Amino acid sequence: MSAVDFWLGRHREIAAGLAGAKLPWLARVRDEAIGRFADEGWPTTRRENWRHTSLAFMEQQALSVRETVQPERILAALRARFDAATQTSAHLASATSGGSREPTETGTESRRSGGSREPQPSLLTDAPASPRPATQQTASAGHWLVFVDGHFAPALSAIGGLPGGAQIGSLADALKQTPEAVEAAFGDANDGEPPEALNAAFATDGAWIRLSRGVAVEQPIHLVFVGAAATDRHLRNLIVAEAGAQATIVEHYPASAAGTTLTTAATRILAAQDSHIVHLKLQEEAPEAIHLATIDAVQARGAVFASHSLSFGARLARNDIRTRLDGEGAEALLNGLYHADGRRHVDHHTRIDHAAPQGTSREFYRGLLDGSARGVFTGRILVAQDAQRTDAMQRCDNLLLSRLAEADARPELEIYADDVKCAHGATVGQIDDDALFYLRSRGLDATHARQVLTYAFAAEVLDRIAHAPLRALGRAALLERLPAEARLEELS
Amino acid sequence: MLKINNLHASVDGKAILKGLDLEVGDGEVHAIMGPNGSGKSTLAQVLAGRDSFTVTDGNVDWDGTDLLALPAEERARAGLFLAFQYPVEIPGVSNAYFLKAAVNAIRRHRGLPEFDAMDFLARVKAEMKAVGMKEEFLYRSVNEGFSGGEKKRNEILQMALLEPKLAVLDETDSGLDIDALKIVADGVNRLRSPERSMIVITHYQRLLDYIVPDQVHVLSQGRIVRSGGRELALELEEHGYGWIDTAKGGERASGAPGARP
Repeated sequence: MSAVDFWLGRHREIAAGLAGAKLPWLARVRDEAIGRFADEGWPTTRRENWRHTSLAFMEQQALSVRETVQPERILAALRARFDAATQTSAHLASATSGGSREPTETGTESRRSGGSREPQPSLLTDAPASPRPATQQTASAGHWLVFVDGHFAPALSAIGGLPGGAQIGSLADALKQTPEAVEAAFGDANDGEPPEALNAAFATDGAWIRLSRGVAVEQPIHLVFVGAAATDRHLRNLIVAEAGAQATIVEHYPASAAGTTLTTAATRILAAQDSHIVHLKLQEEAPEAIHLATIDAVQARGAVFASHSLSFGARLARNDIRTRLDGEGAEALLNGLYHADGRRHVDHHTRIDHAAPQGTSREFYRGLLDGSARGVFTGRILVAQDAQRTDAMQRCDNLLLSRLAEADARPELEIYADDVKCAHGATVGQIDDDALFYLRSRGLDATHARQVLTYAFAAEVLDRIAHAPLRALGRAALLERLPAEARLEELS
Repeated sequence: MLKINNLHASVDGKAILKGLDLEVGDGEVHAIMGPNGSGKSTLAQVLAGRDSFTVTDGNVDWDGTDLLALPAEERARAGLFLAFQYPVEIPGVSNAYFLKAAVNAIRRHRGLPEFDAMDFLARVKAEMKAVGMKEEFLYRSVNEGFSGGEKKRNEILQMALLEPKLAVLDETDSGLDIDALKIVADGVNRLRSPERSMIVITHYQRLLDYIVPDQVHVLSQGRIVRSGGRELALELEEHGYGWIDTAKGGERASGAPGARP
């Protein structure tokens, strides 16, 4: 069962044995968190931030695993796909080198018309300022931290060479080794929505990434969360970037054990002055899974944060993504793509807090909805009175691929400063008849033409991922979602 | 040979084509002229298979095939090509992908081996040169941000690559300056051959200075009301479309010159 009482009981049973249970601050956070969860319960549509997504069914929902998986197999498949993507992108880079083709830059630049005042190349391409990694990367380059059923699996993980001042490891280990540092980043029981409180009560592991001043980790840090046999798992990832630090972090949630499983995840990012953090989340959970996750960033002066959320799996996926531009001149990119079919439901609830002057935010979400799926997007932008010369732009576009699919896109702008540039737009539409006819009139059959147009619509989001192998990975994951007998990969 | 017989078509219940007859022999170039609203573009779209138009009567025989029974893509594969009056922009699909997918769809249908990337590039680059398009247009999204002239050149490029048996050019000259017009006309003239028929739809005589038709037809209120040689176009140029109605001998003579039906 997954009723509130069940979790209360479980907390009483196991709290004393959880990692870090001896740390008074942590025990307090957990107690308060379960208390808050018990008070507030599973959110229903009566709750302001859950107008289109109710978790009331969780009260009756039994969690169960019908079929377990071997984490080694999931991991091998994931890494093979990443290697293929790395090769594809290296191949593309060499094929077009010297040409004028650079989809990332041109794709975004053309949308920036309208007199942008200040040069901000870093935000819109999201590439760390450090030299780009060489195109001839070794297979499975990067750092791979694997978590099985919510716990770090060192035997499956592989952390490559790191510069001094970079710590990458598990939260459970960090709680033993540097509990004070963890305390400062852990968050508390009142953060976010009730599922985040549930996460705070039960999460014992996740990634711990700490980058000292000026440290740049060039290769992506991959976090892989496999569910092998457990009905539920609760992960908390803490990323602390000191001034000028740079890293690219990828959270993978591959399809794992079949059955009604629950994942809660909370990723907290503290981005100090002039740091540059790129975060990519690839959610591909099994079709019956319930996925409730939070990404919460705080950006100091001049910090750059790019979030790419690709949400393709799960029966119900809810992502709360927040960032607070806390220091002057910070830049945020919230970029996302969701796909749902059948009776699946996907909800992105985003919030950008412009709390300091001269911040820039760009938010682009696109949804593909098929079957009788439902997609929800909420884009809240708050511009505080002090946040003068804020430049915020938000777009959400949805493509309905069937008559029964539904999309809700809701911008919410609250602006208290007077010297700001804010723009937003939302659309819900179908495949363009003119474009479809144009392609068919050139000999492409209707199915192929629809696939091409669907893929092209979605790929615009992927074009904003500057890191070529990760962009290729996103494309590969998208292609797996689209029924494509056509050779769409050539589109990239 | 294309035979259009008593073609009636409507859109949203409104009749546009009202009994159109036309025969185009192999290798012939026919010009269709007519005022705005006379049904020129509807004819082009109906021939290409746009399903927002409903054919209410008549038939189209194309070398023994019932053209109207085929879906748009099969018409294209069988060798029909429509150069669009307003080529469609398709963000996110590169021109290179689009052109190659189109060429290979048609080659498959003809039992020819598909082009691989290298063969295709060699072929497309040669044709692009011929229509004066820079290579960068291969890597841009289909028609996106192209000028009017660039879009029309892209249409001619597609026509050259797809080697149709029957090409319908829908006001390919509209909006072009004289230089662009010449390039487009050169592209068309290069493709003239005894196996290829063309229907050139235009509002203005000007295009026919460069693409010399075998026959000129005047379309008015959904029907061909006059047919003749090239001199018919010149007469039209001199007298305007109002002349057609009066010259027809009264049936609709009361219509003001150039009035929409």
